[in-house]
Amino acid sequence: MKEVNITELERMFQEKIDQDIKIEPKDWMPDDYRETLIRQISQHAHSEIVGMLPEGNWITRAPNLRRKAVLLAKVQDEAGHGLYLYSAAETLGADREDTIDDLHSGKAKYSSIFNYPTLTWADMGAIGWLVDGAAIMNQVPICRCSYGPYARAMVRVCKEESFHQRQGFEIMMTLAKGSPEQKAMAQDALNRFWWPALMMFGPSDGESKHTAQSMKWKIKRSTNDELRQQFVDVTVPQAEMIGLTLPDADLSFNEATGHYEYGEINWAEFWEVVKGNGPCNKDRIDTRRKAKEEGQWVREAATAFAQKRAARKSA
Amino acid sequence: MSSKEWPLWEVFIRSKQGLNHKHVGSLRAADAEMALENARDVYTRRSEGISIWVVESNNVFASDPSESQEFFEPADSKIYRHPTFYDVPDGISHM
Amino acid sequence: MNQAHVEFVLRIADDSLILGHRLSEWCGHGPVLEEDIAMTNIALDLIGQATSLLNHAATLQGEGKTGDDLAFLRFDREYRNLLLVEQPNGDFGMTMMRQFLFDAYRTILFERMQSSSDEMIAAIAEKSLKETKYHLKHSSEWVIRLGDGTEESHARIQESLNTLWRYANELFYTDAVDDEMRNAGILPDLSDLRQQWENTVNHVFQEATLTIPSNNWKQEGGRKGMHSEHLGYILAEMQYMQRAYPNMEW
Repeated sequence: MKEVNITELERMFQEKIDQDIKIEPKDWMPDDYRETLIRQISQHAHSEIVGMLPEGNWITRAPNLRRKAVLLAKVQDEAGHGLYLYSAAETLGADREDTIDDLHSGKAKYSSIFNYPTLTWADMGAIGWLVDGAAIMNQVPICRCSYGPYARAMVRVCKEESFHQRQGFEIMMTLAKGSPEQKAMAQDALNRFWWPALMMFGPSDGESKHTAQSMKWKIKRSTNDELRQQFVDVTVPQAEMIGLTLPDADLSFNEATGHYEYGEINWAEFWEVVKGNGPCNKDRIDTRRKAKEEGQWVREAATAFAQKRAARKSA
Repeated sequence: MSSKEWPLWEVFIRSKQGLNHKHVGSLRAADAEMALENARDVYTRRSEGISIWVVESNNVFASDPSESQEFFEPADSKIYRHPTFYDVPDGISHM
Repeated sequence: MNQAHVEFVLRIADDSLILGHRLSEWCGHGPVLEEDIAMTNIALDLIGQATSLLNHAATLQGEGKTGDDLAFLRFDREYRNLLLVEQPNGDFGMTMMRQFLFDAYRTILFERMQSSSDEMIAAIAEKSLKETKYHLKHSSEWVIRLGDGTEESHARIQESLNTLWRYANELFYTDAVDDEMRNAGILPDLSDLRQQWENTVNHVFQEATLTIPSNNWKQEGGRKGMHSEHLGYILAEMQYMQRAYPNMEW
């Protein structure tokens, strides 16, 4: 192989990206590109796995058999999506167990939304409708991400997630046209989840330290504020249609721009939750850690048995 | 890799009779039987498959992208392997 | 309405309902992500079976109730499931042992019920058999892995077997309901059920290097609505919404 210097490799790499040629696992890539991807993909995977917990909280209390099956299937999908994403991270050399240990130690982050508690059944509706809605908005552009395995995992995730948002909206709609108590339950859930859902898109573009480079590498394809605006624009009419009110006195439609303008996001709260001071951060991580610890003997037993069986076969 | 972690397996799925098995992703499993069952539960939840292969990732040998020029480019110039290389006069069909 | 017929369907339905509920408690807490997904698949199969069977029971009852009414609005003494399926999850080994003892029985039951004169039951059995065969494969492999895995796993799963064995005998419980169902051709002959079940169980335990406990103390009562204390808590959780907000659409 010809000696090629790093600058030349980087130039060729960026050229491929500019031409929309996908990067595949064994291709040369800058260390920063690899690290950024590992960070983003594993964060994304952790969000799926931690995201199972707030909804998992209501599986045993679902109000009827249909809702119970749907909720179970949805939370199971999240486990599947976490797995697809850990798989994508493994192609970059990020071992799943190490990645998960980073989550448990607090080194790795996950979406701040999952640090809010699910207090009523209506929260299952609000999460499906708003949280999955926001997640889909975030994820659709990543289907065109420059890294092949991540883009392919995302295509699969997006395809499967389309039912998640619908089932959430269906729950909200049913509650909104139900009894006064049910409607109040729906409105309360919306009040609690609206702002955290807007925070899911991350800090404003001016504050976001990774955006510019990630856009250049086509790891990210739209900015946080663009996606947030898109989300507000599609969600406001949906809320109106089912007769619920968004908890934002400043919300108004701007005829000139064709967009909704929304109030100031409480960024202080956002950063507190990211730092680990949200209502459920500790519970969520403790729960994940406990599952791992309590599964230790099971994983060891399976390994020991596989070795015994292999030895018997070769004997 | 930590020694306690199960090995990684690559999963290939035939989506319907008549098609090739296609790589869909990976998973962890202690042995081949478990890998097959996990693949069934993870990758065919929506009837995506009728047949599954699993291969321990360690056993996959892959070509090296840095050798892709000598590996693949020599075939590019052998255009006579493609039917469009040959002129067929108008009026000739079934060829 | 034929009382025995309803009773018979409720017994099978409640086994699926309660075990499905128990398994669903694992969702998000499995020993490894792949197994979390696998257990949820089994829970979903069971809840699907419960839904079909409870809807059928409600139809047979003819009182205008739905399957959901039966699932969520009966009182504790009206549930007909086996004591085995309401036992707490314990560790993963306990859950797999409970599942295995049950799956080994259910596979035979559904195999036979495919020839039921109740066409609905026959159809549900045919569909459920495919699911249950897979559950049995999954649970028996885990029992073998854990039994013949490490010293710790062997001790743990043997302990689970010791704990759950007292509930195994109830799998073969029969009373006048079964006699009436057999006479009506709704329940096929099951006289060799225990023998068949023991064949499966002995074979797997041998491979798993597990010992069947000598203590043969037998617990039963679930089929008559005499449950362990655990069921009350399952129902308190499961029925919460329907009890707190009666007569609403969800």
